Formats: sequence, structure tokens, C-alpha cells
Amino acid sequence: MTAVQSPQTVPAGVASPEPGERAGRISMVTLTRVELRKLADTRSGFWMLVVIGLAGAATAAIMLLAAPGEEQAFQPLLAFALLPASVLLPVLGILSMTSEWSQRTALTTFTLVPERGRVILAKLLACVLIAVAATVAAAALSAAANLIAIGIGGDGSWHLTADQAGRLLLNQVIFVLMGSAFGALLMNSPLAIVLFFAIPTAWTVLSSLVKWLATAAEWIDINMTSTPLSEPDMGAGEWGRLAVSAAVWILLPLVAGTVRVLRREVN
Amino acid sequence: MISVDHLSKRYGAHPAVNDVSFTCEPGTVTGFLGPNGAGKSTTMRMICGLTAPTSGTATIDGRPYQRLANPGRRIGVLLDASAQHAGRTGREILTLAAMTQGLDRRRVGESLERVGLNNTAAKRRVKAYSLGMRQRLGLAYALLGDPGILILDEPANGLDPEGIFWMRGLLRDFADRGGTVLLSSHLLREVEAVADRLVVIGGGRVVAQGDKDELLAASGTVVRALDTAALDAVLSRAGLTAVTSADGSVVVQADAETIGRAAAQAALVLLELRPAGSGGLEQMFLTLTAGDSVKEAVR
Repeated sequence: MTAVQSPQTVPAGVASPEPGERAGRISMVTLTRVELRKLADTRSGFWMLVVIGLAGAATAAIMLLAAPGEEQAFQPLLAFALLPASVLLPVLGILSMTSEWSQRTALTTFTLVPERGRVILAKLLACVLIAVAATVAAAALSAAANLIAIGIGGDGSWHLTADQAGRLLLNQVIFVLMGSAFGALLMNSPLAIVLFFAIPTAWTVLSSLVKWLATAAEWIDINMTSTPLSEPDMGAGEWGRLAVSAAVWILLPLVAGTVRVLRREVN
Repeated sequence: MISVDHLSKRYGAHPAVNDVSFTCEPGTVTGFLGPNGAGKSTTMRMICGLTAPTSGTATIDGRPYQRLANPGRRIGVLLDASAQHAGRTGREILTLAAMTQGLDRRRVGESLERVGLNNTAAKRRVKAYSLGMRQRLGLAYALLGDPGILILDEPANGLDPEGIFWMRGLLRDFADRGGTVLLSSHLLREVEAVADRLVVIGGGRVVAQGDKDELLAASGTVVRALDTAALDAVLSRAGLTAVTSADGSVVVQADAETIGRAAAQAALVLLELRPAGSGGLEQMFLTLTAGDSVKEAVR
């Protein structure tokens, strides 16, 4: 009689190197790369990025066709090209947090990485990186537009200080982080998206109606306090106000949201 | 090895899981049985650190799940095959898992092949998957990191008979190579064919656990006689508890010899005398859990 030997004689689980030690911990770089990929590997994420790119190109076209000649320079072109990203990237930030719950992927995400706080951190890092990438892409696009501007008789100045560039980038980072913070806190895509756009606008409307709110709004209305970031210069007072409003709209919801994510039962 | 030690979970006043303890040893398949709402999934989520227990502990190879550095390499988990992003392809989902665990991407293809998902299926978005395909993908996901332990919640749901047969073979082979498997189901017959041990849960409590063969042996003997009324009389005279089944056979809580001797003394003609096996266990399973599932349905 012939015995048939199973070809797989390796004991299950023994083939892999011994994990469990601190050294085998999944690195932050890995987690961030995974979260970056997750931003773009779904239809919604992919098209969101495509739309941001197309809208950026459209802003350049508008500037070249309609803006007065002296505004056809690198800095104004770039500031305008970043406008669509500052509106749409936060939605990507929101979805990166909320889709874990709406699509129920939290179940698999947190079984592979039980330290939920590190997943949140990786998501925030991924959002910052995508904001940097969007700014770099907008800069490249604006440079091309500026070359055209020179050709058609616009100003075509390349003047952009490091301070100006940094503030344009910071503007993107602030809003994408604010989106992520709203997503982490609310854990529901439509709710987070609606509130993200509605609350600051409601603030602006309310503060124009109620007098004593107007003073508070100067410090808390982030739409107002972030405007100087896109302008040629920004003073110390304006930085202070921006810091206060960022604490209210980013730090606060992010801390509360992190606590919620850490405590929430995943099912 | 999985150790569950006095695990409890309360939701308000309702105890979903109440003082559950069991262990799953390497080389064995443990069937975790109970009706819907008995606390199987809650227990499994607590083992995986997804739900915080009210009291008690669960450990994987001696440490809590949250303390595992790269859990996917040690334990494969499939709690809900539908809990995947509908907009990602099967291949993409596995690629993300491979990246997270620091695995060679070639494992993705191997893993898909192992669970019988072909290239066309792998390229499709999960939205278009049938439940059976999702279960296969979930199994591929759990097996991806080559773990030594598997925790699977109702993995046979949505699989066709051939798929169930294939999965049994896969789990049996996994355990025979030294792996540990914890497998839940609300159908006894589904796990009976593959499990070495059974843990039966009802209303959040463990109502029976042990070696499958022992549990089967303890479930009584089936007797069928030519004269059913005479058999009933003989059994009641001998003081043996008996339950009559629909087909006229009787399940008696005694061994074959006791019953055989009693029948011989009464000169009774027996047509059948055998261990109740799964039929008996099913009977026990139903009795033990019926009340709870009714309560569950009402609540």
C-alpha cells in the first residue's frame, strides 16, 4: 500500500519569523504609506484627486483669460490654483476617517493594527503629505501658466517669497487636517461633510447679525483668520488669531475624535 | 493558543457574554456553537481587542491582542466578510493587508489562488462579489500573513456545498500542521465534520464544552423496537429517561449495554441500537439553547 504524503509538511505559522517583539512592530512609515494608498485606491478617492487637478487647471485658464495683466504672475496664479484643493482636500481627509466606519473597514484595519492611535496618526500624516503633493502640483501648473502669461503679455513675475509659499502650503494643511478632525469626531461621511462646510459659514452669517459675536468671530471664524495666509503679507496679530481658530476647529475635534475612536466598539 | 478567561460583557443591564472561559490548543479545531445572539461574535471581538470586555481577559499565545506587534503574522481573523470597502478590488484589499504586515506582494497572488479566486474575480470590486466570494476573500485575508491561529466567525455562510467541503479540508489541514482554529457557527452539522472540540454557548454562557467525541458519546443512545409501546414500558420500568423522535426511534440517556439487557429481559425485539451521535448532540444543542434564542427573538 502506498501512503500519499501531503506536500505541505511545514507546520502552520512556524514558517514565519517570530513576531510579537517590539522590534516587529509595524513602522509609522508603513502605516502612512498604506493610508496614502487608501486615499486614492477607491473610485471616490481617485476621482476626487482627478477633479482637484482639473479644477486647478481650470483656475489657470480663468486667470489667463479673464484676469487683468498685472495679476497674471506666479504668486496670484498659485494662490488661485490652490483654491479648489483647499475646498476638496478636506473632503478626502473626512472620508479617510469616516469610511473606516461607513464601509466597516475599521474591523480589518484595527485587527491588523490594534493600536488605533497610530492608525489615526498615519491618516493625519497621509493627509499632510497629500496637501504637500497638491501644493507642489499646483506650483508646477502655475509655473506653466505663468510662462503662457509671459507669452500673452501678462505680468509674468516669478516673485514668490519662501514665507508666501510656506503660508500657501500651511493653508492647505490646516484645512485638510480640519477635515480629518471632523471625520474622526463625527464618524459619518455625510454628516461630517455637511457640518464641515456649514458650521464655519453659519459662524460667518451669525457674526454679521449678532454684534458681540463679531468680536469672537475675529478669533474663531477660521474662514476669516486663514485669509491672510493667501495674501502677500501676514502680521503677528493675524498669526495669533489663526492659532486660536485652528485650536478650536482642528485640535479640539481631533482630540475628542481620537478619544471616540480609541473607545468605540468595532463591529 | 487562545485563552479566554472569565470573559464578560454587559450592555447596560443586558449580559451579552457572561463568564465565558475556554482554551484553544495548537493542532485542534474548536467549534464555537450557539444560536444567533448567543454571544459568539461578541466573544470573538473581545478576543481580537475590538470590544472592551466588562471583566475577564483573553490572550493570544499568552498576551492580550492589543499587545501583539504585528498581529496579522500570528493570528488570522475573519469576523465579517462583508466588512470591506465596496469600492476596492479583491486584489487591492489583500495588497493593503500585505503592505501593512510587511509581506512580499507575491503572497497576494498565491493567497487568491489558494482560496479559489481567479484573476477576473480579483480585479473586480468587492461590491460585485457574492457572499461566498467575500468569504473566500476574507479567508485569503486571514491566511495572508501565514499565521498559526485562525479566528473565523461563521465562515461557511454563503458558501456552496462544494465551498464548505473545501473550507473544511483547508481548516483540517491547517490544524493538522499545528495550527489553532476557533470557528463559530449556529449550525452544529457545519462544524461537526471538522471540529475536535466544541464550546456551546447560549444566552451568553458556556452551556457545554469538551472533546467532540466525548460530547457526542454523552448524548445518549438511539433505540428502535418493533413494539414501541412495549419499549416505552421497559424503559420507564428501568428508570431511564427517553425522548421519542419523529421517526419512532427513542433517544435514551444510557449506554447500549444497559438498554440491551433491559430489552432482552423483556424479550423485546430491537431493530436499532446505536450511539445517538450528532443527532443526540443536536437534540442537546437545541434543548440547551432553544429558550435563549426565543428570548433573543422577542427582545
